Amino acid sequence: MEMSQLLLMRHELLLILSALILLVVELAAHDDHKTSIIPWATGLFALVTLVGFLPVPEGTLFGGAYQSTPLTSTIKNILNMAVLIVFLQSEGWLKKEENYDRISEYFLVVIATLIGMNFMVSAGDFLTLYIGLETATIPLAGLAAFDKYKSRSAEAGIKFILSSALSSGVLLFGLSLLYGATGTIYFSDMIPLITPSPLIILGFIFFLAGMGFKISMVPFHFWTADVYEGSPVGITSYLSVVSKGAAVFILGILLFTVFKTITQQWHTLLYVLAVTTMTIGNLFALRQDNLKRFLAFSSIAQAGFILVGLMGPEKMGMATMVYFILIYVFTNLAAFGVVTAVYNASGIETISGYKGLYHTNPKLSLLMMLSLFSLAGIPPVAGFFGKFFIFTSAAGNGYYILVLLAVLNATISLYYYLLVVRSMLIEKNEHPVAWFKSSPMMRLSLLLCLAGMVVIGFASGIFERLLSMAGTLSILS
Amino acid sequence: MNILSLFVLVPLLTIAGNLFTRDFKGARLVSAVGMGIQLILAFTLILLYLAARKSGITDEMLWMADYNWFPTLNIHYTIGVDGIAVSMIGLTAIVVFAGIFASWELEFLSREFYISLILLSSGVFGFFISLDLFTMFLFYELAVIPMYLLIGIWGTGPKEKSAMKLTLMLMGGSALLMVGIFGLYYHSAPGGGPLTFNILEIAKVHIPIEAQRFFFPFTFVGFGVLGALFPLHTWSPDGHASAPTAVSMLHAGVLMKLGGYGCFRVAMFLMPQAADEMAWIFIILTTISVVYGAFGAIWQKDLKYINAYSSVSHCGLVLFALLMMNKTAMDGAILQMISHGLMTALFFALIGMIYGRTHTRLIHEMGGLMKVIPFLSVVYVIAGLASLGLPGLSGFVAEMTVFVGAFQHQDLFHRVVTITAASSIVVTAVYILRVIGILLLGNIKNPHYEALTDAKWHERLSTITLVVAIAAIGIAPLWLSDMIQHSLTPILNKLALVSPF
Repeated sequence: MEMSQLLLMRHELLLILSALILLVVELAAHDDHKTSIIPWATGLFALVTLVGFLPVPEGTLFGGAYQSTPLTSTIKNILNMAVLIVFLQSEGWLKKEENYDRISEYFLVVIATLIGMNFMVSAGDFLTLYIGLETATIPLAGLAAFDKYKSRSAEAGIKFILSSALSSGVLLFGLSLLYGATGTIYFSDMIPLITPSPLIILGFIFFLAGMGFKISMVPFHFWTADVYEGSPVGITSYLSVVSKGAAVFILGILLFTVFKTITQQWHTLLYVLAVTTMTIGNLFALRQDNLKRFLAFSSIAQAGFILVGLMGPEKMGMATMVYFILIYVFTNLAAFGVVTAVYNASGIETISGYKGLYHTNPKLSLLMMLSLFSLAGIPPVAGFFGKFFIFTSAAGNGYYILVLLAVLNATISLYYYLLVVRSMLIEKNEHPVAWFKSSPMMRLSLLLCLAGMVVIGFASGIFERLLSMAGTLSILS
Repeated sequence: MNILSLFVLVPLLTIAGNLFTRDFKGARLVSAVGMGIQLILAFTLILLYLAARKSGITDEMLWMADYNWFPTLNIHYTIGVDGIAVSMIGLTAIVVFAGIFASWELEFLSREFYISLILLSSGVFGFFISLDLFTMFLFYELAVIPMYLLIGIWGTGPKEKSAMKLTLMLMGGSALLMVGIFGLYYHSAPGGGPLTFNILEIAKVHIPIEAQRFFFPFTFVGFGVLGALFPLHTWSPDGHASAPTAVSMLHAGVLMKLGGYGCFRVAMFLMPQAADEMAWIFIILTTISVVYGAFGAIWQKDLKYINAYSSVSHCGLVLFALLMMNKTAMDGAILQMISHGLMTALFFALIGMIYGRTHTRLIHEMGGLMKVIPFLSVVYVIAGLASLGLPGLSGFVAEMTVFVGAFQHQDLFHRVVTITAASSIVVTAVYILRVIGILLLGNIKNPHYEALTDAKWHERLSTITLVVAIAAIGIAPLWLSDMIQHSLTPILNKLALVSPF
């Protein structure tokens, strides 16, 4: 193997490099200037994100344990953009006094989890997948408990690590069954050996359950709401878009390649799981007042929609799924950005506290409204296109009733999204959140999200490119 | 640039212009100018259309334009109009124009109000020019969602509840619709080849009868919700009663017509066999709509509720006539859409103006208004007479055509439902005349009313525009009827394959 081949791993290498730089800077930085790390670290990451967009060649490394395809580099770029927006939005919270000593720690740990996710996305065998998943998960528990002086945050950390450990165990058990049945851990070797035998189906179910934890699929969603509510807002948004996006991506790849021969079986499973995930997520979201919990349940429901997309033919299913994740990144981060901005300025994070927000902060309220409409799938924002294509995909395999259930769920979700809109625009309040101006970095992040929400739908080229990329799901042989 | 794209572009530019206004005067001026241009455009389009037909152009759709938006999925931005779409565009332009002037003195968040209103109208215009199911659906949803804000923020009474009910029911309808659209899409190329959302392309293929049976109810009911199909009409009275004046006008006048238009352009045109088979179910439902709406209106005390139930009745008649599936009745259905759109908009405008003066909408609290506000009262009488189908006004032309068409069916079932539906005309006369008697004639009940002033210039402009349109259709219906009948031919040809008519 030549050294130049290592460049296939450019995304991961760049991330490792920037993590190392941050480590050195942290050691060298003077105690009085710690806050100036924030713009530098964010700028560095912006550079990493930009470089990521340079074309990456296809190829495999380490005897097929690692693969790079156009689709994997796309999802890595999406994750990078998401993390960049999260960084921009974390500035206000990081500048708080209690976080002063831990600024670069935050960046380091987030980048560490991202590295794990990148490896997971590019995995060519189940071992890489598992190691990547764990690299991503363990630092996340630290992040969830970042506000360690708050008992809720500490609780979130504990809950996360316990549920992750459990789900990893389940996943690993499933993998061991699959290994036992086929005698290999490599995706490409396993493909011809997968048959609908009871042992393999059992292994697959455990594997799916383990992945289900990561993407908060019902009935494996119990940790979601508490962890989302307890964690700092930046981490919550990270959990809801980045870690979910990466996990669902690799799940899709595996379903369409390794488990292709048992498509019928996983379709049945996924049908049930998608419907329950959407419905339960929606029903629980109806009664929430805390916005973080609210968005947590809404993100469970959105995971259900992603699963609906996977029910389609493989090319369409994969493309709509990545497209949906891309839109979901911008949409959900816009919503979380507004929540963060309002929380930083006023300490309010409840729907009832948002009453009359439009009269004091019209732009923020409008952005929130747009992002909620996008989540609900209302035109002209990108969410409409995302949802429509997801449903087109599922209808392509003849699952019309599933589409009907999904769209009805989208209507239910519209109800609670409108509750927030009602609170901001319609209801009166004696003491609304006072007018405030967010920091430049926050405004930049919101602007990016807005641009994403408006452009991604109408610019059909993006979806077309994803469709053409989805032609090659895997180049392992 | 294609003239049809302007119908979406002008509202969007008006919205953009509104962003730069400072106060309510600026906002309403920009909106009035924008919608004035739109009205002129609509008239130009009607004239151009008539001229084109006169010169012998027989294309099914005129001013077609096509942009391949998502090539792999074959989603196009395809536009084009026939006579029906042109007349609906004319209707929309008139109602929006009148609506702006009817809400001329709204000051609370007026800029946001006009932006939402015009956004709604751009959705409606876009819907009528679309020939591609994807863009049609996009514009349809675009038209529905501003309603929530318009009713929720500027409405009266239990506005939040009504707004939520309306939005959710209509979105539920669009959920059904979406299934229908996917069904059409995946059956649009039975012999292989690229799938398409294009209505004209789908009309050329024969969709298997099993698929039609499955997808027709989804599509028809999906649009039917917006067309106030019994028993899914309940959003309509509450929504209309809570909405501010201009929104009631636009909603009852135009938005409900989207339902009727979609029912025949998508559901019946593309799935004629299923339409023929299942027509009887929906005929029964629409007959109930017609009669029930009329009786519902009798018992109401609130002017807006009276008119909202009367809308249920009249829109029921639209779907009823469409399901008769012959030339005369369908012609009548389109006429009824336009006629009802104009007169219900006029009604809601007048109710808003009267409410603005008397601060009540309960008919028993008012009386003798003819003596104090003669202009508005006379216009109210005109609207009433049009509504109960007096010859010389648009209502007569429409209802007459509908019932003549419906009576062409010889069998017992159609006879019975036609007679039942026709009996609603009597009931309509009862509630209209009752309101006129209590509200306008008699003694002035409240001494405070002596001081009321009659219509201001903008109110006169708003109402006269609508009255002129109503009278124009009533006196010279043939040009409109010709325009519609010519465009009905392809639809009727498609239906003729299955139905004896």
